[in-house]
Amino acid sequence: MAAHASSFPTDPVAPAAFLEALRTEGYDFFTGVPCSLVSGLIAALEQHPGTEYYPETREDAAVGLACGAFMAGRSPVVVMQNSGLGVCVNALTSMTLMYRTPCLLLITWRGYEGKDAPEHIIMGEVCGKLLETIGVPHRAPTPETLAGDLAWATAYQRSHSAPAALLLRPGVTL
Amino acid sequence: MTLEQGMRALAPLLGDAVVVHANGHISRRSFGVQDRPGNFYMIGSMGLASSIGLGVALSRPDRRVVIYDGDGNLLMNLGSTAMVASTQPENFIHVVWDNGVYASTGNQPAVSRTVPLEKIAEAAGYRESVRARTVEELTAAFARCLEVPGPTFVLAEIEVEAGPFKAARVNHTPEEIRDRFSQAIRE
Repeated sequence: MAAHASSFPTDPVAPAAFLEALRTEGYDFFTGVPCSLVSGLIAALEQHPGTEYYPETREDAAVGLACGAFMAGRSPVVVMQNSGLGVCVNALTSMTLMYRTPCLLLITWRGYEGKDAPEHIIMGEVCGKLLETIGVPHRAPTPETLAGDLAWATAYQRSHSAPAALLLRPGVTL
Repeated sequence: MTLEQGMRALAPLLGDAVVVHANGHISRRSFGVQDRPGNFYMIGSMGLASSIGLGVALSRPDRRVVIYDGDGNLLMNLGSTAMVASTQPENFIHVVWDNGVYASTGNQPAVSRTVPLEKIAEAAGYRESVRARTVEELTAAFARCLEVPGPTFVLAEIEVEAGPFKAARVNHTPEEIRDRFSQAIRE
């Protein structure tokens, strides 16, 4: 939001349009823990009739919720800040990746290029490498590539029966 | 009451419920008592059994979901009691096997020795929450959970068992556990 300078010259993708793209890709179960970078998206999730968004207490619990939802036939999305990725490492490695239960991880990239509050700098530097280390493929879309990268993440989950992540830098959406 | 006695008492009552198991001895003991396709054995991700089960319960309100949790597991994810209470799934029965120790790692003490988890569930907003100290109390408490809308919570006080744990490890692969559990939900 206003506190974060956009990383891009173009306008962010409107939250309603992003949510519509997610729904069009088949996602029908949403949970997570908020970040100011996606406050608009979370508001859209909460307000959209017919869309279930469950605000969780911790990011790993949200990943657990998504795992159960997947086994019950849903296509889950977990929204979190990259600080929450640290919380999720065991849930991802000893549950999601081990049982091979797909979910889309929408992870905001705080600390991008070192421009953020001190607590975000280290995770901002390593979050992509951390995802690679544990074996979760990811892309960091721009507003222009968001739709295509979302389609990639969905296709990866289906072909590999595994989670995929989009790292959302400031200015990709609101 | 031992864990095995409690599980044997509840086994005939489970019906077509799907049961999400906490990791460690709880999964292994239940696997030995009665292996069912509707059993999800969470072999890692300690703490998350109730979250996984809640994901199932919210996705399929028509299916009864039972959690076989442990005291150490629940303490690791106490926020889950708040999540369950805030979402109020009527199809959700939370059984916590409480021996006051981390039994799977050698009976090291847990704070549940002094903290009553059933009162935390009650305060969070489960519709009913009770402590069962005997097999008879447990059976009666679980039978009531089958009659009333959830979310309900039963703390089953179980003995600390000394000596080596004698129960096979779950011999299904993680993907087999996932697939037969998913299938059981759909049936």
